[in-house]
Amino acid sequence: MRTFEKSPPLPAAATGAVALLVATRKGAFILKGDKSRRKWDITGPMFFGHVVHHMVLDPRDGRTLLIAARTGHLGPTIFRSTDFGRRWQEAATPPAFPKAAEGQKGRVVDHTFWLTPGHPEEAGVWYAGTSPQGLFRSEDRGANWASVSGFNDHAMYRQWTGGEQDGTPDGPKLHSIIVDPRDARHLYLGMSSGGVFESVDRGAGWKPLNAGCDADFLPNPHPEYGHDPHCVRLHALAPDILYQQNHCGIYRMDRAQGIWVRIGRSMPKKIGDIGFPIVLHPRDPATVWVFPMDGTSVWPRTSPGGKPAAYLSRNGGKTWTRQDAGLPPKQGWFTVKRQAMSGDAHEPVGIYFGTTGGEVWASRNEGAAWTCILRHLPEIYALEAVELGR
Amino acid sequence: MMVLIPGPLRSYTEDRQQVEADGETLGAVLADLDRRHPGMRFRVIDEQDAIRRHIRVFVNGEEVRALDFPLGKSDEVFIVQALSGG
Repeated sequence: MRTFEKSPPLPAAATGAVALLVATRKGAFILKGDKSRRKWDITGPMFFGHVVHHMVLDPRDGRTLLIAARTGHLGPTIFRSTDFGRRWQEAATPPAFPKAAEGQKGRVVDHTFWLTPGHPEEAGVWYAGTSPQGLFRSEDRGANWASVSGFNDHAMYRQWTGGEQDGTPDGPKLHSIIVDPRDARHLYLGMSSGGVFESVDRGAGWKPLNAGCDADFLPNPHPEYGHDPHCVRLHALAPDILYQQNHCGIYRMDRAQGIWVRIGRSMPKKIGDIGFPIVLHPRDPATVWVFPMDGTSVWPRTSPGGKPAAYLSRNGGKTWTRQDAGLPPKQGWFTVKRQAMSGDAHEPVGIYFGTTGGEVWASRNEGAAWTCILRHLPEIYALEAVELGR
Repeated sequence: MMVLIPGPLRSYTEDRQQVEADGETLGAVLADLDRRHPGMRFRVIDEQDAIRRHIRVFVNGEEVRALDFPLGKSDEVFIVQALSGG
């Protein structure tokens, strides 16, 4: 893979308006903020009644939106807009596994769970991750999708992905598809379950990347694969550093060393280091946010003790600071799903999250204080903060 | 022949409850429906050619699960959404 010849220039902080792309169990919404990020106007619901797993803006043109949707009855599909949501078209060929040979049981996409725009040098390329685990690629801005055979038909696919009981309660998922900003051929993905995997040839070949990561729910807690990463992130300015919020803790990897280090061990013991999302600062690769949840006993997956809080580290996970100002001091049983926390590119950075109870919370000061900016939405599956102008 | 369309699929038929389609088998009729109303088939039939879990298809009141089920011009096809969700 290519490396940066010199450190990329630090991007200037954004000063324009921010939008929040909110995907819910009953449709999609867009919250448009003003430049101060104090006033928010809501548009939607779009695709009312659809289960929307992810809504993502193409940063290469700033106006193309893709939505991964299904309904309780109908099969999964992708909707596309080239004018930031005013008009929509359905993909002509949504993600689907190849037809199985006669007499063999074939795989069926239950839903597309994750969308990732491709490399800036590959205009029109998108990736999609599905449940059950599948990787798909579009080369025409999401209109037609093809199976990435190097992953979906890999000789180890069955072993890597496990069986139906190895996934989340809502089905096993392929998520956290990451494209190295230096090299379009260099990809990462995460699977719940399965672990983190890496390709250096645009998805033709894949290898597990889980050394150092725990899988304490398995008989062998340190397997080569079979882990449960909840969310994996790579920083655009330091793309040899990976972070992940895993079922078994918070981790950081220096890719050259190839070992996950459990940086969550420095979290307070009574909080633990279990959660779904992990968010990176746009200009400081050492700054990271998580939103802990209760991973004890039967895994309630709600805020520990009913006291929701984000935790911030400014030193790559050596130490953590609790951020709960403005959040309910008690009886707040939040769950924030893996795609439902996001940051903008302003200074100070705005951090946003959506809850399973349909609330959207925002902080204009990097998590120092929180405000609930919207209530009464359906269960929030994903929330992406995007810049409408620099 | 006449095909009755359930509410969740009427975004493909300009909100029409009944549409015309041709074909000598259920699979051929669904393929013709997809030509006339692009995208509809995959919402009903998965990539392994199975009727999706929460969809039912009736021909003249009898449930049909095979795409090679033969159809005549006077048959009536009902696509129905099963009870599910919450």
